[in-house]
Amino acid sequence: MTEDDIVARLKENVIQGRKTQQDEGIDEKLSGTPGVVELTRLALEKNIKPEEIINKALTVGMRVVGEKYSTKEYFIPDMLASAEAVGEAMDILKPLLEAANVETKGKFAIATLKGDTHDIGKNIVAILLKGAGYEVNDLGTDVPTEKIIEFIRKESPDYLGLSALLTTTMTEMGVVIEALKDGGLRDRVKVLIGGAAVSDEYAQEIGADAYCVDGFHAIKVLDSFQRAKSN
Amino acid sequence: MPREGILVPNPYERITDEQVQQIHQASLQILVDPGLICFSKKAAEIFRGNGAEVTTTSSGDNPCWHIKIPEKLVKEALDSAPKTVKLGARNPDNALIMKGDEPRVYFISGSETNIWLDVDFPTYVKKSDNSVEIQVPEFHPRRATVADLCQSAHVCEHLETLDGYIRTVNIQDEDITEDNKDVNKFFASLNNTTKHFMSGLTKLEQLDNVVRMAELIAGGKEALKENPIISFITCLVKSPLQFVEDTTDTFIEVCQRGLPTVVSSSPQAGTTAPIKEAGIMAQINAEVLAGITLGQLVNKGTPLLYGSVPVRARMDTLGDSYGAVETSQYNIDCVQMARFYKIPNYSTSGVCDTKIPGQQASIERLFSDIVVTMSGPQYLHCAYGLLDGNAVFCLLQAVLDDAHFQMLKFFLRPARINQPELNEVLKQIKEVVATPQKLYIRYIRQVMRSGEISLPYPFEGDGESDSVFALAYQRMNELLAKPIEYIAPDTTAKIFQEIPGLLPRLNVYKEGK
Repeated sequence: MTEDDIVARLKENVIQGRKTQQDEGIDEKLSGTPGVVELTRLALEKNIKPEEIINKALTVGMRVVGEKYSTKEYFIPDMLASAEAVGEAMDILKPLLEAANVETKGKFAIATLKGDTHDIGKNIVAILLKGAGYEVNDLGTDVPTEKIIEFIRKESPDYLGLSALLTTTMTEMGVVIEALKDGGLRDRVKVLIGGAAVSDEYAQEIGADAYCVDGFHAIKVLDSFQRAKSN
Repeated sequence: MPREGILVPNPYERITDEQVQQIHQASLQILVDPGLICFSKKAAEIFRGNGAEVTTTSSGDNPCWHIKIPEKLVKEALDSAPKTVKLGARNPDNALIMKGDEPRVYFISGSETNIWLDVDFPTYVKKSDNSVEIQVPEFHPRRATVADLCQSAHVCEHLETLDGYIRTVNIQDEDITEDNKDVNKFFASLNNTTKHFMSGLTKLEQLDNVVRMAELIAGGKEALKENPIISFITCLVKSPLQFVEDTTDTFIEVCQRGLPTVVSSSPQAGTTAPIKEAGIMAQINAEVLAGITLGQLVNKGTPLLYGSVPVRARMDTLGDSYGAVETSQYNIDCVQMARFYKIPNYSTSGVCDTKIPGQQASIERLFSDIVVTMSGPQYLHCAYGLLDGNAVFCLLQAVLDDAHFQMLKFFLRPARINQPELNEVLKQIKEVVATPQKLYIRYIRQVMRSGEISLPYPFEGDGESDSVFALAYQRMNELLAKPIEYIAPDTTAKIFQEIPGLLPRLNVYKEGK
C-alpha cells in the first residue's frame, strides 16, 4: 500500500466511522479491513508525519462527515462514530505531537456535577470535541466541586464544560464558578455549561462564558474562542 | 407477487366467541322475522325460486316483496362464498390476495365525494410587526371534476402505503351525464393508477361497457377473470332491511359476470339501526348475510366481500358521526363476524367529522385507523383524504394520511426477538458496558440503514414552527410531478374506438396533448 493509499483509506474509514477492523461501518465492503486505529499505526510505521495524517486524512474525513450530516445523509450516530474514531487516532498521535511541540486545539475538561449521574450528553460532547481535535479530559459523573477545582489548578485546561440534567444539580454550576473565583482560577479557564436543565439566561445569571445547546454547538463555541485567542 | 399489505399479529378482538355466536343467531332470526322488504323483482324471484318465503306487498305505489330467508340458504351461501378473493391490478404486482381467516390488511382510498378541497398558502403579516410573516393554509371547496379524479388516482398510485384505489370523487363536469359518468370515471382512474380499482356503478346499462374496458386493459375476458383489475361496491341493502331496486339489480348483474363485489351495508345507529351495539350488530350482519345469500344464489362461488360501513348518529344533527368512538367499535365487531364466516372483510376507518385538515381530522382519523387496523380487516377502506364524513376529498389530507399509515405499518411489524438476535445483543451489552462512555450508539448505524428503525414524522418542521401542511403540500406536488404509467397507446385507441361516451380529453395520446 502506498502512502497515498494509506491516507486515502484512513480518510475513507473516518467517513465510515470505523474505529477498528472489527467495526461494521456503513459500507459492508469494508467489513474486516483495517479501521482508523490500524491505519493510523500503519501510517506511522510508513513514516507519514502526524500532521499529514491529521490534515490530509482525519480533518478532511471529518469535513466530509460534517457535510453529509448537514445534508441529512448522516445522522448523529454517524458523526459520533467518526468523531470517536478520530479521537482514537488522536490518542495514538498525541505523544508524537507533544514530542514535536505541535499544539492541540485546546484542552477541555468536562464533568457532570455533584448529585447528578446522568452522563449521556456529557459523553457525546466529549466524543465530538475529541473528534474535532480538542484534548478532552472527562472527569466523570457526580464530581464534587473540590475535585474540579483541584484539576483546574493542576492541569490548567483552557475550557471547562459543566453538565447537569437535573434542576436540583444545576445550582452546583454556580458553586463551581464561585469556587473558581475564590481560588483565583476564573481567568484561567472558560466555563461552558450545558444540559437539559440549563439555558442561555442561566449561563449569564451564574457568570458562565457560554451555554451550549449540544455537542455540535459546543464545537462551534470552542472554535470561536480559539479564533478569538489567535487574533 | 401480490402486494404484501400488513399481516396483523394477534389481531385485537373486541367481542368474545360467544358474542359472535349470539350475533350470528340473532341475525338468522332477523332474516326470518321480520325478514326483508325487497324492491327488486329479480331478487324476489331468485329468492322465491330457491325456497325462501316471498309474499307480494306494496310500499305506496311501488310493488315490493316481503322475503324471509331460511337459515339453510344462508348456510349454503356461506359455504359456497369464496374464502379467498383476489383483486387484480393493471400491474400484477399490485394485486391483492385476501383470505377470510388471515388478518392481512390492505389500505384503500375512497369514498365518492362531491366536493374537492383545494389548498393554497397565502401570506399573513403581523399587525404589530410588519416584518413578521406567516403562511397559513386556506382551503377552498368546489365541485369535483374528472381532472381531479385523474389527479387523485395519480397521487394514490405513488402513495407508498395505499394498496388499492376506490374512486375518490363524483365527477361533475358539464359534459358528464348519467350516461357517460361510469365509463369516464373507470377510464380516468384506471389510466392513472396501476393499483386495483373499485367503484360503484351509476347506471346499470353501463356495466357491460366498463367490463369490456377492463377486458381490453387486462387482455381479454379470461385474463380479466384471472386478474380482475376492477371490482364493484354495491349498497344493495338499505337499512333497515330493504333490498333497493337499482343497486340490487346492479349487484345481480355483477355477480352473474363473476366479478368481485362488496356487499355493503351502512346502517346508522340511532336512526336506521338500533342505538345499542347488540342491535346494530345483529341488523348489519343480517343485512350483509342477506346480500351474500343473494349473490351466491345468483352465481355460486362468485367472489364477495363482507362489506361493513356501520356508523353512529350524531346527536346534534342525526347525521353520520364517523368520528364517534362507537363507529370504530361496530367496525371491529364486523371484522370479527366476517372472520367467523371466513369471508374477506371490507371495513371502514379514517372517515372523520371535521370539514378541513387539522388537529381534529388527525385525531379522529388516526384513532379509528389504529384500532380498526389492529382488528385485522382485509380490505380497509381507510379513506385517504376524506373529510366531513363522505362529503369532501382533499389531496393534501391523503398525503398526510399516508404518513399515518407508514407509522401504523411499521408498528405492526412482528417483534424481532429470537435466540440469534438475543445472542448478538448480549455480546453487544458486554462490550458496551466495558467501555468508558457506555453508549450503544456505534451499533445503531447499520440497523438505521437496514430499515429496522422507524423514520421520523416526514412533515416535521424546524425548531418550534409547525410546517406540517406546508411540507405535506410540497410532498403532494412532488408526487404529482412523478410519471404516470398510462394504459398503452394501442389499448387506449381500442378503448376509445369501442367504448362510447369517453371524453376525448382523457385520451393522453390524442394529437396536441
